[in-house]
Amino acid sequence: MSKYVVVFLLIFMVLSSSAWAKTVVDEIKARGELVVGSDAAYPPFEFVDKDGNIVGIDIDIAKAVADYLGVRLRVVNTSFDGIIPALLAKKFDFLISAMTITPERAKQVDFSIPYYNAGQLITVRADDNRIKGEKDLQGKIVAVQLGTTGHFYAESIPGVKEVRKFETVDGAFLELKSGRADAVIADDLTSLAFVRSTDGLKVINKLLTKEQYGIAVRKEDKALLRAVNTVIARLKKEGVIEELRKKWASW
Amino acid sequence: MSDEPFFPFLMSIMPHLGKGTLMTVELTIISVGIGVLIGIFGGIARVSKRPLLFIPSTVYVEIIRGTPLLAQLFIVYFGLPSLGINLPPFTSAVIAMGINSGAYVTEIFRGGIQSIERGQMEAARSLGLSYLQAMRYIILPQAFKRILPPLGNEFIAMLKDSSLASTIAIAELMRVGREITSRTFRSFEVLAVVALMYLAITLPLSLIVRYTERRMSVSD
Repeated sequence: MSKYVVVFLLIFMVLSSSAWAKTVVDEIKARGELVVGSDAAYPPFEFVDKDGNIVGIDIDIAKAVADYLGVRLRVVNTSFDGIIPALLAKKFDFLISAMTITPERAKQVDFSIPYYNAGQLITVRADDNRIKGEKDLQGKIVAVQLGTTGHFYAESIPGVKEVRKFETVDGAFLELKSGRADAVIADDLTSLAFVRSTDGLKVINKLLTKEQYGIAVRKEDKALLRAVNTVIARLKKEGVIEELRKKWASW
Repeated sequence: MSDEPFFPFLMSIMPHLGKGTLMTVELTIISVGIGVLIGIFGGIARVSKRPLLFIPSTVYVEIIRGTPLLAQLFIVYFGLPSLGINLPPFTSAVIAMGINSGAYVTEIFRGGIQSIERGQMEAARSLGLSYLQAMRYIILPQAFKRILPPLGNEFIAMLKDSSLASTIAIAELMRVGREITSRTFRSFEVLAVVALMYLAITLPLSLIVRYTERRMSVSD
């Protein structure tokens, strides 16, 4: 009799503990799909290609995580200024969107180990010889993308006449090109991508900041964070991140 | 910053939201003002029998009402610079929203003018007034009274639609809310307060509209 009770208890414990300890990783595997949030308007990290697919360095990294978990990848295109609230509201499993690891953001989410070193660059019109650095932005209109580190940095520069914020970074570059703004402050590789694809712009070749990109995961999803970190560590060790940079930003 | 309790947090963001609200109201008043100016002439043109007036005004109304305000805003702000016309954000917003509002107000005026019995125009004309004089002194004053409630509704609609101006970097109420959210990540609280601030303007307005409607039905 007591043997049956022990067996019953064991079965009960196994069942209940597996139900109780079900992580988001188990959930992802069960659904066969990793859902990732990204603001696909930030070349070369994430953007929509000619065929309408979301591609870029970050998307390839997300794909590596999906492969590691043995599932498909689905990218949810989400506006950057609301991407952390969207993650917290469980609209996707993690977010990868050229996001700089900052203490403010780290209060809301857990960041992976950094996967890319970045920094802010000033972009101006090619015929503009007035602006050579941060100090020359006094009395000038600076265009930025809302909620980015470029936005926060621009607001910290004393004497800037106006920081004009756009929902996507291409809005900021259009503003500069049209002459309504004097400069754009944005991440280095993205600034270079826009200077390359847009006539009449140039970057000031001096990084204003040193930043690191990370993947953001909800604080309770430790198992997913471990999986993400494992993949990033491997990609870095094997030089894949550098290969991806060459693949998507070969200029 | 984001661990702050709600009320101190609310107090710290209120000055910013207040500025955004002022911008929203300013945008709306100027845009609907332009809309009314366009609408008076548009409305007269819409009821005219002359093709030179009727056709352009009808085309204008159909094009503007049949396309999204966001597209119109982007055409003025991001599109016109490629034609060499470079307008600052506020001017662009007021032009796009004014032209947009003009189409709706044109239809409001057309309806108001057509609601006045034909006999009024015929009587005025037989007394020797010209068509325009009859319009100016007989028809429009009566029509104006009837269109006040729909004009109030147009104002309320434009006030809410003005949130689209945030996409061309105007720091109106919605944009200020999103800016605060992008820093503090407290989206629910901030957006709920933003929505309440819109309501705080639209609710008294719609009460006024309802009141004037009731007053009008008494005097009719």
